[in-house]
Amino acid sequence: MKNAIIKLDDVWKTYRMGNVKVNALRGLDLAIKEGEFVAIMGPSGSGKSTAVNMVGALDMPTKGKIYLENRDISKLSESDLAQIRGKKIGFIFQQFNLINTLSALENVALPMVFQGVSKEERIKRAKNILEMVGLGDRINHKPTELSGGQQQRVAIARALANNPEVVLADEPTGNLDSKTGETVISFLTNLNKKDKKTIILVTHDMNIAKHANRIEFLKDGTIVKSKKLRIGG
Amino acid sequence: MLLDYFLYAFNGLKQRKLRSWLTMVGIFIGIAAVVSLISLGEGLEQAIIGQFASVGIDRIIVQNANTGFGPPGSFDIKSLTEHDKEIVEKTKGIEIAVGRLIRSAQVEFKDEAQFQFLGSWPEKKEEGDFILESFSFSVSEGRMLKPGDQFRVVVGNMLNEKEIYPKKIIAGDKLKINGFDFEVVGVMGKTGNPQFDSIVIIMEDAMREVLDIGDEFDLIAAKAGKGEDPSKVAEELAKNIRKDRGLKKGQEDFEVQTPQQIVETFGIVLFAVQAVIVGIAAISLLVGGIGITNTMYTSVLERTREIGIMKSIGARNSDIFKLFFIESGILGMVGGIIGVILGFGLGKLVENVGKTVLGTELLTPVFSPLLIISALLFSFIVGSISGLMPALQASKLNPVDALRYK
Repeated sequence: MKNAIIKLDDVWKTYRMGNVKVNALRGLDLAIKEGEFVAIMGPSGSGKSTAVNMVGALDMPTKGKIYLENRDISKLSESDLAQIRGKKIGFIFQQFNLINTLSALENVALPMVFQGVSKEERIKRAKNILEMVGLGDRINHKPTELSGGQQQRVAIARALANNPEVVLADEPTGNLDSKTGETVISFLTNLNKKDKKTIILVTHDMNIAKHANRIEFLKDGTIVKSKKLRIGG
Repeated sequence: MLLDYFLYAFNGLKQRKLRSWLTMVGIFIGIAAVVSLISLGEGLEQAIIGQFASVGIDRIIVQNANTGFGPPGSFDIKSLTEHDKEIVEKTKGIEIAVGRLIRSAQVEFKDEAQFQFLGSWPEKKEEGDFILESFSFSVSEGRMLKPGDQFRVVVGNMLNEKEIYPKKIIAGDKLKINGFDFEVVGVMGKTGNPQFDSIVIIMEDAMREVLDIGDEFDLIAAKAGKGEDPSKVAEELAKNIRKDRGLKKGQEDFEVQTPQQIVETFGIVLFAVQAVIVGIAAISLLVGGIGITNTMYTSVLERTREIGIMKSIGARNSDIFKLFFIESGILGMVGGIIGVILGFGLGKLVENVGKTVLGTELLTPVFSPLLIISALLFSFIVGSISGLMPALQASKLNPVDALRYK
């Protein structure tokens, strides 16, 4: 067995809403091994998004520890976390979250700007990845000039810009029709199989989740059921 | 790296073209005002100091009090007399003293009558030479007046250059002053001072006769002897006149001025005027700066989600700060550049209006590199400071909240 690339150890997240404390996560334990394809499922309000924000170093736990490649990141500064996000994690969102004023090429190149990659290198890499996701002829289009499926493929290309170990997809097919959604999922499956990327997929759709090696069911901020589909990696 | 941020910031401004322009208006009005007014003030100062420098610093002028800002003789007050001139001449350190009259009178040429200033010319040759030298008067056509030239005049350059009368006045023309016939024997060289350039110079005795002036002078011009300190001589002179008139110090009804003092007084006045102008411009820049702050806050709010996206793909707080800080800096800087160009144009416009309409070359703007550089630097600083708080706010946004923002 390979080492856990990400490990959540008794993670709690408490929000304050006025005088009421809301526990979004209650002692979540989760370990994801390198090269795994894990789906996280659960009803709305189960803490899926909070969990994925923790895994993606976007948010800090109120209590508990998060390990990324055996390094505790739960106490790091925002700038250090930003560096980790930029280098090791690629995000794919339900709303695509592209920057509308920038072209497809510029969107894909943007994560490399923050890592100090030279301009030539950025353009070369961004072009390559966009060709890989089948958008080689759309590199100068703005997001608003692209279809939903194309926008999500730009977002996938952006997630891969800095060649991260982990790709985090939060409801990536939520805004797409089922056929386009299938294409996006097949991209993720390929990334897992061919490029050995660790994929973490948040969804409420069993048809999507079944592509994973393992499904974790989340309810009330903790894992209630774990289901192995195939051996990953 | 920084270039990427500049391009990104520039791109952001381009997306909000109208708002960016409106924001910059606040800055460039202020900068244009500063650049045009300061450059004109500097030009004015240089021109006037230049004129006094050509007069020479050993000159001392005695005038009646309170006539400093108008042509002498235009107020009905106690005049200087031959007796005063004698006191000046007797004062220790004075080499020569000349009494002068400057009055307006009706001057008729080719059946057109207008009021012009008449300036008296001394009857003694050495006194005439002294005036010629003191005011750096020259003759561009014909000759200057000389003793015995009763009923002859010399006219200022503007009367010869422009058609103030139906025709330009040239040497040999005939004029009527208060009904008396005069012959023009010369035209003075251009001095740049419209008062001098439109004067009609006439022998002192003729002027007294034509205008019925008794024993009085409008000003007494004197020269300190070689090796004397003009300021000390001027003090001594003032003391003598006080003594003669039985006045105490501080009660003077006359003024003794040296070019040095005039330049200094003028410098103080000009400085005060410029300080007021700069103060007003500073208020406009402050308002412009607040405009930038407002625009940047709106921009941060609008792009909250964008900030969240950038943070999720690896932007550090400092990266976000730089993006917004540079954006507001560009607003200030571009506003400044436009302001400098506008200010330059405005200064040149005033110069042209001054030359063509007012006929003066005193309004010639001087654009020193220091003025331009400080205007640009200042506008960039205003822009940056104005963007400081919004940029800080943007950089501190929590990525999760920012991503959720709709």
